[in-house]
Amino acid sequence: MKKISVRRLAAKAEKLPIYIIFAVLCFAVIYPVLLMVQLSLQDRIELSKTFSPINSLTGFSKPDQIPLFPTLKNYRTLMFYTPEFYTVFWNSLKNVTVILACQLLVAAPSAWAFARYRFKGHKQLFNVYVIFMLMPFQVTMLSQYLLLDTLKLMDTSMALILPAVFSTFPVFIMYRSFTGIPEEVLNSARIDGAGEWQIFFRIGIPMGSPGILAAMTLGFLDLWNMVEQPLAFIKDKKLFPLSIFLPMLGNGSEGMVLAASAVTLMPAAFVFIIGQDKLEAGIIASAIKE
Amino acid sequence: MRAAENTAAADIQNSAAAVGNIKEMKKNKKKKKNKTDLKFLQFLLPGALGVAVFILIPFIDSFRRSFCTNITQEFSGADNYKEIFGNEAFRLAIKNTLRFTGVCLPLLIGISFIIAYMLSGLKRIQLIRSILLFPMAIPTATMVLIWKILFSDHGYINGILDSHGADTIGFLDDKAFWVLVGSYIWKNLGYTVLLWLTGIMSISSALCEAAKTDGAGEVKCLFYIIMPNLKPTLYTITIISFLNSFKVFREAYLLAGSYPHESIYLLQHLFNNWFVNMDLGKMAAASVCVFSVIFIAVSLLKAVWDKEEN
Repeated sequence: MKKISVRRLAAKAEKLPIYIIFAVLCFAVIYPVLLMVQLSLQDRIELSKTFSPINSLTGFSKPDQIPLFPTLKNYRTLMFYTPEFYTVFWNSLKNVTVILACQLLVAAPSAWAFARYRFKGHKQLFNVYVIFMLMPFQVTMLSQYLLLDTLKLMDTSMALILPAVFSTFPVFIMYRSFTGIPEEVLNSARIDGAGEWQIFFRIGIPMGSPGILAAMTLGFLDLWNMVEQPLAFIKDKKLFPLSIFLPMLGNGSEGMVLAASAVTLMPAAFVFIIGQDKLEAGIIASAIKE
Repeated sequence: MRAAENTAAADIQNSAAAVGNIKEMKKNKKKKKNKTDLKFLQFLLPGALGVAVFILIPFIDSFRRSFCTNITQEFSGADNYKEIFGNEAFRLAIKNTLRFTGVCLPLLIGISFIIAYMLSGLKRIQLIRSILLFPMAIPTATMVLIWKILFSDHGYINGILDSHGADTIGFLDDKAFWVLVGSYIWKNLGYTVLLWLTGIMSISSALCEAAKTDGAGEVKCLFYIIMPNLKPTLYTITIISFLNSFKVFREAYLLAGSYPHESIYLLQHLFNNWFVNMDLGKMAAASVCVFSVIFIAVSLLKAVWDKEEN
């Protein structure tokens, strides 16, 4: 008995260096976030240790690693003295919610059609979807602009919403989970007299829900961080989403910007924590070669 | 249940009636087949129409535009293409973008493989995985100020270097390229590790155990069993990392604006600046070029891998 436990201990000790390496690595990865959150709790005087060297170009920035007098002052300033932050936060939230809801309505049936039916041109059409999924925004930027301009949608939030709704990425992720449903299940439903839409709603959606949720999670994280599209299609600052408004916020009031950053991070962190297993499933699904 | 029985009974009746007339039956069958053929449309049509209107047709239109003059839209042959390839900014942007991908991809793929391989031997790695994955959820904009604190000329890291008597580094000027590389790896490490891990885990551990009982060491096992089996994973990781490398524009732009240090002036910046100046002809030609390059690269990768598989 004792011998075994000693051996186990030895085996564990052997792995200790690896664990230490990972502890250091994880700390390095997470450090910038910790820095942001704890700096946002420092008051102006303490923050000057961090910012005055950078602004005055003398000496070096030396942030306190733990706030000496933690305070919510920065958050209060953000809440009560920066009404534009609310507008912009609302813009982001509204855009992302509308896009995801519409993606669900449009992409889920499309994915279902690709996954469960064979038709002429099936493969070719699906390849077109995959190719455009793979293209960076810059490739379709001009064509989207020309269309939005013709539709007189430039500089409206529709310019961000409409093209994103028809993104082919969610179709691809949902397709993965729909193909996993065994055909026998659908056939037995058909024999029982279920219509195609009934099958889709009663069997497809519940059984494909992991893929749907994965697409939504990945979609949220990407859309919350949307930079290229608003940069090109939105000029009116009132319509900016957080992701490009934040760096322009508050001249000289770094504490407030830090608080705003922390608030902006919150929804994304929340979705990340809630949807992590879905996220991982989504990443793995997106990687399977067609 | 009863309904099912009824329909089954009806089916039997129908078929009994149809036996008498083969022609009729064939006709019915044909009709039925057509009907099932079109069922997909009700699901696909809304989405496909949107994709056609918002992506496909506009892209074909900009393909046409790439052969036209900017304002009058007259046919101008390959003029736009000649112009962009003669354009110094375009060549600089291409060079930088290629350099960036050339440095980033091998680095990310290599580092993440080492990490995944080390992780695969450990238990309870959920927390480590989550922490590595977390940066992908962090909006770029929220980190801009932090990167400035860390990397400014008078920033925190230079302070540490200075206190150890080392020279300071111009992270946001001549070394901006490496900061960009670093932030790319920071952001993408987690999911690349995750993909490698999935690949490594899918290789049956029995295979390695058997090799070990035959006297193969840890290293041999890695090189002769694990690595050759991971080629499909390598293919997908390469494609996904390549596509995500275009997103570093977010960091580059939010940190350094439209005209950053020339070592990180990427194609994405150029597209943006052409867009601001409404150089639509050039943009059209350039987007056709980028599209073709990506299309060819992905097809080649796929072809190589398909060949490998057979």
